[in-house]
Amino acid sequence: MSRELNAIVMLAYRDLIRFLNDRPRLLITFIFPVLFIGVLGGSLQKNLGSNVGFNFMTFVFTGVLGQTLFQSTASGIISLIEDRENNFTQEIFVSPVSRYTIIIGKIFGESLVSFAQWIGIVLFALVIGVPFTLVQILVMIPVGLIICFFGGAFGVLVLANLSGQRSANQIFPIIIFPQYFLAGVFNPIKELPPILLFFSRISPMTYALDFARSIFYLGTPDYDKVVIFNPVLDFAVIAIMFTVFIVLGTYLFMKNERNR
Amino acid sequence: MTPIIMVKNLVKKYQKAKTNAVDDITFHVNEGAFFAFLGPNGAGKTTTISILTTTLSKTSGEITIAGYDLEKEHSHVRRNIGVIFQNPSLDRNLTAEENIRFHAILYGLFPFRPTFALMPEAYKKRVKELSKILGLDEDIFQSVKTYSGGMKRKLEIVRSLMHKPKVLFLDEPTVGLDPLSRKNLWEYLNFVRKNENTTIFLTTHYLDEAEDADHICIINHGKIITSGTPEKIKSDLIDEYLLTDASNRDNLIAELKAKHIPFKLDEHIKIDLKKRRIQHLLKSIDTELSFVQIHRPTLEDAYLEIIDHDNE
Repeated sequence: MSRELNAIVMLAYRDLIRFLNDRPRLLITFIFPVLFIGVLGGSLQKNLGSNVGFNFMTFVFTGVLGQTLFQSTASGIISLIEDRENNFTQEIFVSPVSRYTIIIGKIFGESLVSFAQWIGIVLFALVIGVPFTLVQILVMIPVGLIICFFGGAFGVLVLANLSGQRSANQIFPIIIFPQYFLAGVFNPIKELPPILLFFSRISPMTYALDFARSIFYLGTPDYDKVVIFNPVLDFAVIAIMFTVFIVLGTYLFMKNERNR
Repeated sequence: MTPIIMVKNLVKKYQKAKTNAVDDITFHVNEGAFFAFLGPNGAGKTTTISILTTTLSKTSGEITIAGYDLEKEHSHVRRNIGVIFQNPSLDRNLTAEENIRFHAILYGLFPFRPTFALMPEAYKKRVKELSKILGLDEDIFQSVKTYSGGMKRKLEIVRSLMHKPKVLFLDEPTVGLDPLSRKNLWEYLNFVRKNENTTIFLTTHYLDEAEDADHICIINHGKIITSGTPEKIKSDLIDEYLLTDASNRDNLIAELKAKHIPFKLDEHIKIDLKKRRIQHLLKSIDTELSFVQIHRPTLEDAYLEIIDHDNE
């Protein structure tokens, strides 16, 4: 057991070191939050803020926080494909640790990486003056961790169905980008036409973001204007989806790895 | 000697493939042996080694390694093998030492520590020793990105030997290396073999690398064409003969017939040398010879001949 734990920590640690050594990636991960919160959130707040009845910067900030954690962990898991093409996966897969250990270690590692970005986003929000309290930010730590794991499980399922780096580069944006709008990273989705409502409800990121916002806005006057469901329902959906994604994803991934 | 690898009727058919990549092969490898799996590109070498190292599932057949069933006892098999893959499998974003540490911890040799300085003394000593032997010394703390092809191979070998595997699999390890790096690599591998009694399973398409093996298996189109010691393969494969002629050819032919020496007549007269010594043969011929040539191919020629023959 301790062997597997050590392996999980090592796998996770490797991801963190890789991230810190990878300067271009470091830079890119901070550019998007700056664009989204600073530029998009800032301009929407100035032009539409008074009409929607709640602070748009805060709304976009919570959205980007959830989206970054979800997406970054998912795409980190998908980097196992890159490893496979660099053949580092082989080194991992001939080692005598359980296949579940490998997946869990990878999810932990990518969650760590996502949290490094989380810190960057919060600092940036502080600098440009997005209003939030200390308690609101502190509760975002455990909530963020849950979202990371959820994104990781989503990544495992996507990974299991991809054949190589090329298809990963092509397919991942197609399944992640629409979710920005369906889950409402920067657009309110309280009211939606039926077809969008359907797609919004089946997109996993919707529940990740609503969970983050339901906790963040808890007890504030804006709660009803922003939150769609409630924390309990969101958490239940996340728990069910997480279990299905991780079990099915790991099973398919292992099967496809060896049965060629 | 007890076999450490046993392979019985192994078959692998890739999904959507029409033919078997590995087609019913059976062989065994003795403990401490240097076993070479030789064949041209696409013969089924990498497929076989992938199955033996548990990264690819077989279609049918039975395999045991170090006494463990490959199918049912994955993790025991993995603990007893080391693998050097065809393409370098290092993490280029880490330092060499971090690559080694990653391996050592995954194999449960040492507990996790975030830096080299905090690792147990035994680990530090081993890493320092190994890097000294290989002449990597201080480079061991450099990023793998700065490493040359030869250094990467050495590092992979150091890493794969950390857990003292019983069998070391090497899949065409010298592809892309210059002659000097190749030579250094072999010197080190021989050193390891003598010191640790590690069984070496090598796949290669370079015959000269296989010539030092205890046992060679030649594979083509997924089937074993021949196997045995290099000497046996040499004697099986190599067609040694004498080409000769005389200005009075009829006279020579008559003499050979009279003395019951079998021959073939092509451009010249061809006499098989497998069962007779050349000096005796020449002594026994009285007719004056105008032409004498001995055909004695190298193992390389013989190998190319059988691969060529098999492809027809």
